[in-house]
Amino acid sequence: MNETMTTTHPAPAENAPLRPLVEARGVTMRFGGVTAVGNVDFTLGEVELRCLIGPNGAGKSTFFKMLTGQLTPTEGRIRFRDTDITGAEPHRIARLGVGIKTQVPNVFNGLSVRENVFVAAGRRKSIARTRSIVDETLTRLQLTAIAERNVGQLAHGQRQWVEIATVLAQEPELILLDEPAAGMTHDEVHRTAELIREINRTHALIVVEHDMPFIRMIARTVTVFNQGRILMEDSVERVLADQRVRDVYLGKQAA
Amino acid sequence: MNPVARRSALGFLVTLGVMVAILFGAPHALDTFGLVQATGFAALAMFALSQGFIWGYGGVMSFGQAAFLGLGGYAYAVSVINMGDSTLPILIAILVPTLFAGLLGYFMFYGRISDAYIGVITLTVSVILFQLVNTTSGSQYRIGEAELGGFNGIPAIPALNKLGDAGNPLDNDGIWYAAMGALILVYATLRWVLASRFGRVVVAIRENETRAQLIGYDPRLYKLLAFMISGAVAGLAGCLYANWGGFISPTVFGLSMSAQVIIFVLVGGLGTLVGPMLGAVLIQWLIIEAGSQSVVDSNLGLGIVLVAFVLLIPQGLLPVVRNLLMRLPDLVAKGRPARDGASDPVRDAGPAEVRP
Repeated sequence: MNETMTTTHPAPAENAPLRPLVEARGVTMRFGGVTAVGNVDFTLGEVELRCLIGPNGAGKSTFFKMLTGQLTPTEGRIRFRDTDITGAEPHRIARLGVGIKTQVPNVFNGLSVRENVFVAAGRRKSIARTRSIVDETLTRLQLTAIAERNVGQLAHGQRQWVEIATVLAQEPELILLDEPAAGMTHDEVHRTAELIREINRTHALIVVEHDMPFIRMIARTVTVFNQGRILMEDSVERVLADQRVRDVYLGKQAA
Repeated sequence: MNPVARRSALGFLVTLGVMVAILFGAPHALDTFGLVQATGFAALAMFALSQGFIWGYGGVMSFGQAAFLGLGGYAYAVSVINMGDSTLPILIAILVPTLFAGLLGYFMFYGRISDAYIGVITLTVSVILFQLVNTTSGSQYRIGEAELGGFNGIPAIPALNKLGDAGNPLDNDGIWYAAMGALILVYATLRWVLASRFGRVVVAIRENETRAQLIGYDPRLYKLLAFMISGAVAGLAGCLYANWGGFISPTVFGLSMSAQVIIFVLVGGLGTLVGPMLGAVLIQWLIIEAGSQSVVDSNLGLGIVLVAFVLLIPQGLLPVVRNLLMRLPDLVAKGRPARDGASDPVRDAGPAEVRP
């Protein structure tokens, strides 16, 4: 665990055990001649909340796809707790307890909101237990009123909520959110931030976002990706004040 | 129970009631010729169910569904000729296509073949089977007592007999009860499968395979099992089909058979179970009617029907009728006459099935 790292290592959360939840070592993803992710070392503790930022094409979503098995890294290893999940099939990684809200919403369009959550909640659980998870999740995300609506007919923001609901209903240990606030209204963004903080009391999360005010609302530790590599990793204040980060990313959008 | 589920359950019960009424009513209402024809319709309706299930709910476009129909029919014919008693051959007629679907499906789904190629592969497999069985002319091609007979097929297949009693073959009425009874059973079973957790995952995979996988389901396994169920249903349909004519030939493996069942599903309504059954009866009836006149070539007529449906009501008959029925109360309330006078009200009430 004490390998030399080029980036500042974040202090572990108080109650986190020594063994990390996720540990990526030397992870590289090449598409032909393009290196989307190059030699990334990444560690996430139990019940930690981490934000990933970086300009478009920095490799954040590719990194997520490797964590969830949608892509097999060209090089490097990824561990989830005691299991080496490098290149494992997505459904196997999901069963270990990794849930992801993808950048482009992946929902069951032809099904109702309730069916979407039901299918996610129901794997290897009794019907009664599944139903109670579904009701809880719908209430928690304030989706009860539209539970019987067809997901394909909902607005983009609502579809995002439905997808977050399916991820929560599957009761994962680690939740990956790829741009959860995209396409949401101001109120919805606030609710999302609150929800993330609430989830983080019991679960680990990695959140990719471009919305800086949103990052400020939720983040403690931020990892900055640039051109497939980790540029820096530090507390949110230091990252947002860093000149290199401003140059590659923030300078254009905020300050 | 929410309104959608209640409507779906109501639709199921009404459909079941109508089918049972047809089961017991047809022998009284129809003459022998009509009843034999209805038995053929029941076999084809079951074939349509197999396609409607895997295509409409599994999202897998099988372009060679006739392969399983033919395997079921031939498996029944060969085994009943060898065994005499029809009890075990019925099971063999279901088992052989199921296992074949399992083998074919394993290579297709676990080989990550894309949807378009699944169509091509299933089509090719049915053509290979057609050619294979077609070349089995001559007495050297036999399985036990049964001569395969090449393109002439197998004539004089013993009909179903009372369970375990080979000396007691069923008459026309008996075969009708067996065929229609089996259709009701298969329909109810498929409804149960779709309402089960397995069925809901199958439909979810049709909607979004990536999401299903990210939740922890293995889409390959679910597709494979759905494909095998579809093969089993088509196999039983083949058994009934061979029984109906007492004869089977390689045409059951033919392209036109596979194309026809796709038309049944399209016309009746993709994503429903009642639709394909209605489509099968309607199209088959049209073919027979068109065949009895000589003004228009019947294949041409069928082609026109298909094109008209794809262009005008691509969702199929059943969803259109259902929407009309659901709006009926509003229309009546507005004092406008309902526009369903031309169709059979019992049939219309039946398929109020909701896509899960």
